Amino acid sequence: MTRYRVFAVIALLAGFFLAYFAWTTEANPLSQYRFKFGLDLAGGTELIYKADMSGTPEADRKDALAALQGVIERRVNLFGVAEPLVQTEEESTLAGITEDRLIVDLPGVTDINAAIAALGATPTLDFRLIGTADVGTSTQTVYLPTGLTGRYVAGATLGFGSGATSGLTSPEVILNFNDEGAQLFEKITSENIGKQLAIFLDGQPISAPVIQETIPGGKATITGKFTATEARDLVRNLNFGALPVPIELESSSAVGPTLGGKAIADGVTAGIIGFAIIAIFMVAWYRLPGLIAAVALAEYLVFMLAVIKVIPITLTASGIAGLIISVGMAVDANILIFERTKEELRKGEDSREAVKVGFARAWTAIRDGHLTMIISGIILFWLGTSIVQGFALVFVLGVLASFISAVSLSRVFLLAIVPEKGQGIWKFLLISGFHKH
Amino acid sequence: MFIINHRSFFFWLTGLILAAAIGAIAAWGLPLGIDFKGGTLMQVGYANDRPDVATVETELSVLDLGAVSVRASGDSAVAIRTRTLTPTEHESILTALSENANTTELSYTSVGPALGSQFTNKALWAIAAVILVIVLYIAFAFRKVPPPVPGWAYGITVVAMLAIDIIVPAGFFAAYVHYTGAEVDSLFVVALLSLLGYCVNDVIVIFDRVRENLAKSLRENTKEPFEAIVGRSISETFTRSVNTSLTVVLALIALIYFGADSTRNFALVMLVGVVAGTFSSIARSAPLLIPIARWLNKR
Repeated sequence: MTRYRVFAVIALLAGFFLAYFAWTTEANPLSQYRFKFGLDLAGGTELIYKADMSGTPEADRKDALAALQGVIERRVNLFGVAEPLVQTEEESTLAGITEDRLIVDLPGVTDINAAIAALGATPTLDFRLIGTADVGTSTQTVYLPTGLTGRYVAGATLGFGSGATSGLTSPEVILNFNDEGAQLFEKITSENIGKQLAIFLDGQPISAPVIQETIPGGKATITGKFTATEARDLVRNLNFGALPVPIELESSSAVGPTLGGKAIADGVTAGIIGFAIIAIFMVAWYRLPGLIAAVALAEYLVFMLAVIKVIPITLTASGIAGLIISVGMAVDANILIFERTKEELRKGEDSREAVKVGFARAWTAIRDGHLTMIISGIILFWLGTSIVQGFALVFVLGVLASFISAVSLSRVFLLAIVPEKGQGIWKFLLISGFHKH
Repeated sequence: MFIINHRSFFFWLTGLILAAAIGAIAAWGLPLGIDFKGGTLMQVGYANDRPDVATVETELSVLDLGAVSVRASGDSAVAIRTRTLTPTEHESILTALSENANTTELSYTSVGPALGSQFTNKALWAIAAVILVIVLYIAFAFRKVPPPVPGWAYGITVVAMLAIDIIVPAGFFAAYVHYTGAEVDSLFVVALLSLLGYCVNDVIVIFDRVRENLAKSLRENTKEPFEAIVGRSISETFTRSVNTSLTVVLALIALIYFGADSTRNFALVMLVGVVAGTFSSIARSAPLLIPIARWLNKR
């Protein structure tokens, strides 16, 4: 008994501490533990791009995707967003095709078209050797990829060379390769002297100089039909990073701040009212155990909020719905136990023993039920899109936490209160419903 | 036990509800939203008076967008559905709408067709996977159940029930869609999958009691007939079944009335599913064990 009372006091103190933590971290605008709201609640833009890896060898795809992520991140930072998030996703479809995606979250950005334009302007650059191939009877020009792409460009500068034809200075773009790129460039130029090396920008050849000699040092100059503005833009975009692989916009969404703010307020209202109704029902029907279940549920809730803050889990409208539903389900384990306790009381057990047996008997049903719910939650998470995962994550965590709160908290609280040989008033407090006792 | 004695009535009632649900799906269909097919959905809010849907349609008809669906959304907004738009087309819609009114874009979602069809595939696989895993788990958890019904039969019973448990809310949604113009979105799949988890939990509690009572009857050699044991198990767990679904229903009603607009349809499907699921686990799952037991014993 004393043991249970000590546990109960510790559990209550822990609950108060968690509630205090959840409250103060939310009240402090600088705290790193404030709730993170998804774009559907906070407002913002999400862009999902598909990376076209058809021209990239299997072995290089991981690197290329990482490079792509880096470039887009730099680009996004220049766009001036508070907490941007650029994620990559590699997905094998059932047909065995791997798809590489880039997910860009821009909180607070509501002008979706400006965002698309700013990200999409990033050029793709690659170098191809010009050769010839015999197709049937005719000879055609073919472009052979060299593997040297924008991935290896460390930076670009603007220069003015003397125009070959007009005599006027014409703008040119000077590329600086990184070490790896420099080696590759040297190798390509040394092996292909006399051939034409075409420079492709966004899939279009912009110039095709003849390789005169081996070029060491990792510098290449593009002279083309640039105007000064075009050259300046190209340099700027290359410095932001040329894309190692082409990307294609697959899905985009934007939510304005008003809609999101309303969704948060509505979710909180629904949560508070839902919790209150459930608590009232539990107390009215189950009396003392009902009250204890309500306390255990409140602890469950502050625990969940603290977990969501600490991990942190990004809350979406569907995640809040998942949390509210999991409260409803968390009650289930309590109800199972209380109904069982009641049966034991009817059989004439004394109060304390009835509580103990009630918990023991309800265990198998609680275990099997919670496990199947967790399984479906995990499969939901695998389903993938952010809205679904938002729900699944909170749901699985909620079921787990409900499991713990029911089999430990409610039990400790009840055993801390109900005395040995509890008769009379204790039996009244434990038995419930509108049955004849 | 009332339900056991009148189980043919409950089977018929179930059949009727099921027929109505399938009928609703067949007659009205379940129109797939942009999450599945690809396309664009945008919500535009009006600062002053919202024009008629017809006016908005006329404003958009000059743009070459293919089939456009415009619906009122809330008090001061419209929802516009089109094929997947390019940024330029998106811009042109916003321009067209703001010509005669003060508008703000509340939300915009555009999904490419490839991504959509992938999601459809995954959703179907996920539902199948959840059902399969649940059957296996139940067959495993009940492998030591005393006769007359072997553990795998409990698994099969649950599948039969789960199939019905998701058809009923789907049928309800077909009717709901028909009258409100909503569409099946990814949250609908979430609702069905969570319902699978919830309904199984519900049945397990009853089956768990059957298992316990069977073991007890075997131990004490009471020779109580299987029917009576099933009936007793149902009535012993009855209050719990009803009370649990009641608390979930209370949470869902709070979500429907006070919750965010984006989760309202989801909560509604869940609500119908939870009520139907509770009914089916009480009135159908355990009673279904009896004909299975008879059929197995005949062989």
